[in-house]
Amino acid sequence: MTAFVVRRLMQAVLVMLTVGFIAFTMFNFIGDPVNNLVGPDATAEDRERIRVSLGLDRPFYVQYVKFLANAVQGQFGTSFRLGMKVTTVLAERMPATLELVFSAALISLCIGVPLGVYTGIHRRGVLSRVFLTFSLIGISLPTFLIGILLILIFSVYLKWLPSFGRGQVVDLGWWSTGFLTQSGLRSLILPAITLGLFQTTLIMRLVRAEMLEVMRTDYIKFARARGLSRRAINFGHALKNTLVPVITITGLQIGGLIAFAIITETVFQWPGMGLLFLQAIQYADVPVMSCYLILVALMFVMINLAVDLLYYAVDPRLRADRGAVRGRQV
Amino acid sequence: MPRPPANQPLLQVENLVVEFPTRRGVLRAIDDISFHIDQGEVLGVVGESGAGKSLTGAAIIGLLEPPGRIAGGRVFLDGGRIDDLPPEKMRRVRGKQIGAIFQDPLTSLNPLYSIGRQLAETITTHLPMSEAEARKRAIELLAEVGIPAPDKRIDHYPHQFSGGMRQRVVIALALCANPRLIIADEPTTALDVSIQAQIIALLKRLCRDHGTAVMLITHDMGVIAETADRVAVMYAGRIAEVGPVRQVIKHALHPYTEGLMGSIPSVGMDRQRLAQIDGAMPRLNAIPQGCAFNPRCPKVFDRCRVERPDLMAQGTTQVACWLHAPDRALAKAAGGGRG
Repeated sequence: MTAFVVRRLMQAVLVMLTVGFIAFTMFNFIGDPVNNLVGPDATAEDRERIRVSLGLDRPFYVQYVKFLANAVQGQFGTSFRLGMKVTTVLAERMPATLELVFSAALISLCIGVPLGVYTGIHRRGVLSRVFLTFSLIGISLPTFLIGILLILIFSVYLKWLPSFGRGQVVDLGWWSTGFLTQSGLRSLILPAITLGLFQTTLIMRLVRAEMLEVMRTDYIKFARARGLSRRAINFGHALKNTLVPVITITGLQIGGLIAFAIITETVFQWPGMGLLFLQAIQYADVPVMSCYLILVALMFVMINLAVDLLYYAVDPRLRADRGAVRGRQV
Repeated sequence: MPRPPANQPLLQVENLVVEFPTRRGVLRAIDDISFHIDQGEVLGVVGESGAGKSLTGAAIIGLLEPPGRIAGGRVFLDGGRIDDLPPEKMRRVRGKQIGAIFQDPLTSLNPLYSIGRQLAETITTHLPMSEAEARKRAIELLAEVGIPAPDKRIDHYPHQFSGGMRQRVVIALALCANPRLIIADEPTTALDVSIQAQIIALLKRLCRDHGTAVMLITHDMGVIAETADRVAVMYAGRIAEVGPVRQVIKHALHPYTEGLMGSIPSVGMDRQRLAQIDGAMPRLNAIPQGCAFNPRCPKVFDRCRVERPDLMAQGTTQVACWLHAPDRALAKAAGGGRG
C-alpha cells in the first residue's frame, strides 16, 4: 500500500516535470511577447528594456532552470498583459472554475448514476428507451451549442436565469464563492448544466452497460436465490460492483471538466481560469499559459491518485496483502 | 399456513411446462413433468446437459431467466401453491423456505463483501434477528459447515477462500434461514474430485441434521447413488423414469436409464469398454414424434415413433416407456405382443 502510493507519487513527479518542460518551451516558441506588450510605435530601447526586465534576454538553459526553481516555489512570474503576479491572477480566478466544475460533476453523478441503474435494470422499459434517446443528445451535441440553446430558452425567452457572469460572490478571504448568494446560485445553474450534460450521459451509459454486465453474474443470481430484496440486490450488490470503472471514468472526466470549462466559461462569460487562459492565448501571455497548463496537469495527477486510492476503498481484492492478490488462498 | 398432514409431500410439482418464446416459435424446454419430494428426502435429478434439470430447479424457485416462463402446471410447497405467487411473496419463499446452491462456488459470492456480511444480510432478511445475533448465527453456521476459526474467517472476503471452502460458505448461505428444501444445482461440478466427496458428505449430513429435503441436480450418477433416496431421470424436458435409487440403479427400466448406468465406470469392471448411448439429445425445436428417445433407443418399436408415453407405475418405480405399458405387459402375459 505505502509502496504503491510512493510509486504513484514518483510517476506524478515525472509527469509534472514533463509538463513543466512543455510549459517552459512555450516561452521560446510562441510569438514574441514583447511585441504584444508594447505598441507598434515603441522604440528599440523600450523593447530592450522590457525584455531585460522580464528576463527574456538570457540563454535558454538559464531560463529553464530558473523557471523550474520558481515553479517549485509557486512563482510563475508576472503576467505580460496584466502586469500582476500570475499566481495572484490565477488564484483569483480558480474558485469560479472549481465551483463550476464541482457543480457539474455533482450534477452528472447525481443524475447519471440513478438513471444508469434504472436503465440497466429496466432494460426494455419505455422510460429507459426515452432516457437513452435523450442521452444521445448529451453525447452528440457540442458544449457551446447546448450552452447557447440553454441561454436562448431560459434567459432570452423565459427570462428565468441570467445569461452570463457569476452573479454576486461572497469573499471569504482566500476564496470567493457564489454558493452563498441567490444570484450566485442562479448564475451557476445554466453553466453547470451545460458543462455537466456530456458527463451525465456518459456516466449514465457507463453505469447502464456495467449494470447489464453485473446483473448477469452468478452472485446476483445467487443473491436472488437467497431472497434478498430488490433494493439490496440492485443498489447494494450490483451497483457496488459497477463502481470501479465508474470511478475511473468520473476521475478522468473531472480533469476533462476543468479543461472543457474553457468553452463553457467563454459562452457564459464565466470569470474562471478557462476564460483567463483564452485571453492569455490571444495576447501570447506565456506566463499565464504555462502556469495554467501546470495547474491543470497537477489537478489531473492529483485526481488520478485519488482515484487509485478509491479503488482500494471499493475492492477488497486490492486491499489484501500482495501475496493474497497473487492467489495465495487458505 | 396450517400444518400439513404428515403424508403430504413437501414439494409437489404437477404438469409443469416451461416455454421460451422465440422469433421462430415457442420452444418447450420442460414438457409436462410431475414429481414430488417428501419431507427430508433427497431427490436426485439426472440427465444430459439440456435435459431441463436446472430449468426445473429455476422454475420452482421462480428464477427463470426471461423470456423463459412457466406456461402450465402447478407447484405446491407444503400444500400451498407457490408458482403463482407475486414476486415479492416469492422472494420471501426463496432463502426462507427453499434454499439454493449453484454450480460455481467461485462466482456465487459477491467479491466486494465479506462473507460475514453476506451471511448476516441473508439472515436478517428472513429471520427476526438483530445484526449482532445474525453475526453470532453466521459464526455458528460457518463452524457447522466446517470452516476453521470461523470467528476470524467471518470477516474475510471470498477471494481469501479456496473453491471448496467457498462452496461450504455457499452451503451455509443456503441453510442460514433453515429452509425446508434445498435445490442444489450441480453443487460439486466445479470442484476437485477429492473435495467433491467432502462437499456431498457435508450437504448430506447437514440436511439430515436439519431435516431439510434436497433436490440434487447433477449429471453424476455416482453422486446420486451415494446421496439420493430417489432419483428422477430427465430426457429432453421430460421425466423418463423416477423411483427409489437402488431400484433404478439395479433394475433400470427405461432404455435411456440403462444406457446411463452402462456408461458409469466401476472399479470392479476394468478393461471393459464403457457402454455409450449413440447419438445426441434432440434440439428443442426438433423433438421427434412419439417418445423423444426413440431415435437413439436400442429397443425402439413402432408405437414409440407415434405415441408419446407418460409415466406408468411399475412396482415402486414410474417409467415413461412403452416397453412397460400395462397393455403390453398384458399382451406379453397372454403370449401375444409385438417386437
